[in-house]
Amino acid sequence: MPDRAPATEADATEAERLAVAFVRVLRGVGVDVPVGSTLHFADALATVGLTTRAGVYWSGRATLVTAPEQLATYDRAFRAFWDCSPSSGSPTEVPPQEVVLALDVPDAGAPGEDTEAVAADTPVLSVRWSPREVLRQRDFAEYTPAEFVEARRLMTDLRLAGAVRRSRRRRPARHGRGDPDLRRTVRRSLRAGGEPVARAFLEPGERTRRLVLLLDVSGSMEPYARAFVRFLHAAVVSRGRVEAFALGTRLTRVTRELTSRDPDAAVRAAGRRVADWSGGTRLGEGLHAFNDSWGVRGMARGAVVVIFSDGWDRGDPDVLAEQMARLSRIAHRVVWVNPLKASPGYAPLAQGMAAALPYVDDFVEGHSLAALEELTEVIAR
Amino acid sequence: MPDDVADVVKGLAEHDYLADEGLATSIFLALRLRRPLLLEGEAGVGKTEVAKVLSRWTGGELLRVQCYEGIDAAQAVYEWDYSRQLLHLRAVEASHERVNEDELYSERFLVKRPLLRAIASDADVPPVLLIDEIDRADDEFEAFLLEILSDWSITVPELGVIRASVPPVAVLTSNRTRDVHDALKRRCLYHWIPHPDFERELAIVRVRAPHVPDALARDVAAATEAMRGMELYKPPGVAETIDWAEALATLGAARLDEPMIDATLGTILKYREDQERVRNHGLAELARTAVARGA
Repeated sequence: MPDRAPATEADATEAERLAVAFVRVLRGVGVDVPVGSTLHFADALATVGLTTRAGVYWSGRATLVTAPEQLATYDRAFRAFWDCSPSSGSPTEVPPQEVVLALDVPDAGAPGEDTEAVAADTPVLSVRWSPREVLRQRDFAEYTPAEFVEARRLMTDLRLAGAVRRSRRRRPARHGRGDPDLRRTVRRSLRAGGEPVARAFLEPGERTRRLVLLLDVSGSMEPYARAFVRFLHAAVVSRGRVEAFALGTRLTRVTRELTSRDPDAAVRAAGRRVADWSGGTRLGEGLHAFNDSWGVRGMARGAVVVIFSDGWDRGDPDVLAEQMARLSRIAHRVVWVNPLKASPGYAPLAQGMAAALPYVDDFVEGHSLAALEELTEVIAR
Repeated sequence: MPDDVADVVKGLAEHDYLADEGLATSIFLALRLRRPLLLEGEAGVGKTEVAKVLSRWTGGELLRVQCYEGIDAAQAVYEWDYSRQLLHLRAVEASHERVNEDELYSERFLVKRPLLRAIASDADVPPVLLIDEIDRADDEFEAFLLEILSDWSITVPELGVIRASVPPVAVLTSNRTRDVHDALKRRCLYHWIPHPDFERELAIVRVRAPHVPDALARDVAAATEAMRGMELYKPPGVAETIDWAEALATLGAARLDEPMIDATLGTILKYREDQERVRNHGLAELARTAVARGA
């Protein structure tokens, strides 16, 4: 081993210098490396030594990478930095396209501003026409940019409760029922000189079920997706245990991007992450990817899964049906939100929708704010 | 304490665990830098086994915390032995002595669970602490764990702070049913264990199921490799490969053929849909490919 150990202090400094430089490259290509990890990497390099490529490679992987999704990026950065190969033309296969989802609106005298203030002050019995009420019922697809801004604010007010189930974590019972709570009983008995006069009990607690939101971001959903992504954000920030994904030609997890409190920043970040915004849809394959890498592993088990989609699918309907069957077997409830359902005379004829419907527990509209409020109630059931 | 990565590979191999260079480097760093090691990977690739083999190799006691939803400090760290405390109180009372509250909170009434035992251990060799399937515990427990893994100390309010003289070798595993919190990941070294390639898997089968005929072991490794490329819901893990090889050997197979695969498919594929997919693909074809690759 001595031949690999840093023989001199100069070696250790060299390791530190290289570690810092490489981490900078890694951050440049989008891997989020905390400062502490840089130090660990430098330590690891000093321990393993700089003599072999494999040693350096695996030291970096153990200390700088925290998820398998980062491996490809890490490998590319590693080759570029340590093998000095000019990152061979295509640093990332598809440079993620920046999509701005928030619409730019003339803010001067936006009609929403004052009306809302008025609405808040008006007495309950007011019979005044309320633009807000009209807005609640209006189809998202017919929104003007100004109305959209107002709707965004209303959406921030949405609060999602969750369906609950029994938890294994127990809590002190209020009434004398359930299993004896020895800890509290002994504590109380001390007051009575060791006589367990007042006995305490435990009962099972409750836990909110996980909520998984899958948003179809294909071209046909465009008018609704911008509103739904706000709903996703409201859901992610308003309660715990929520996961959000975008379904297009591929599956993208956007939970992290949406955790920012600032709705605009969150939605922008999600837009950057989703490379195939307004592209095609392969619902079946997207769900397959979800089931394989997340859902069946545990994320969708016992969860309430909500799919926002119009059911237009370019893929094979059999694949979609099969994946929906898989999902419905493990999820607590599957809710399908189809904004087209609100249009008069709608029948679920789109191939994908017809294939998926047998596995859906609740089929709801979600085309307007009022419909989304309804959705929050469905989710809480 | 190993001197270099090759030492780790050799040491683990002596205890029937074949680690590749990546895993060996991570283990080496975990031992040398005294940091917890977080292992992720598909089910059945041998994550838990790493802790067990580390314990056999280093001679440190294996302390295991199996995580599940609702696990809390009482099950993972310590709990007071309330029944004994009550009995003690009654005994003291019966002998008409005065009850001394402090007496009740001494170490003799403390039930030590794995985490506390790992910290309080005074063995010469640090114990191996396995925190299995951390993703199944809820976030509250994870936050609590973070505190212990950062300071290697536990506070028992009635007794004071208990600090590890030598930190245990900590191995955490996760199946990724949810993301482990970033703060916890930052504390740990991270390694993703992939499915092994053909040669390594063959070597593993040879080591773990030595009575399986060599030709059969080759066929099994080749067939498993082929099945992993068939987009199954649950591609077979190493554990299943070993089970399958043993099942085939028990049935007296010398090589892989269609009737044998048909009879034993349930030991390697645990989903009806997966079995159907492989059957549609053709069992005879699978056997042929495997024998050709294995030869």
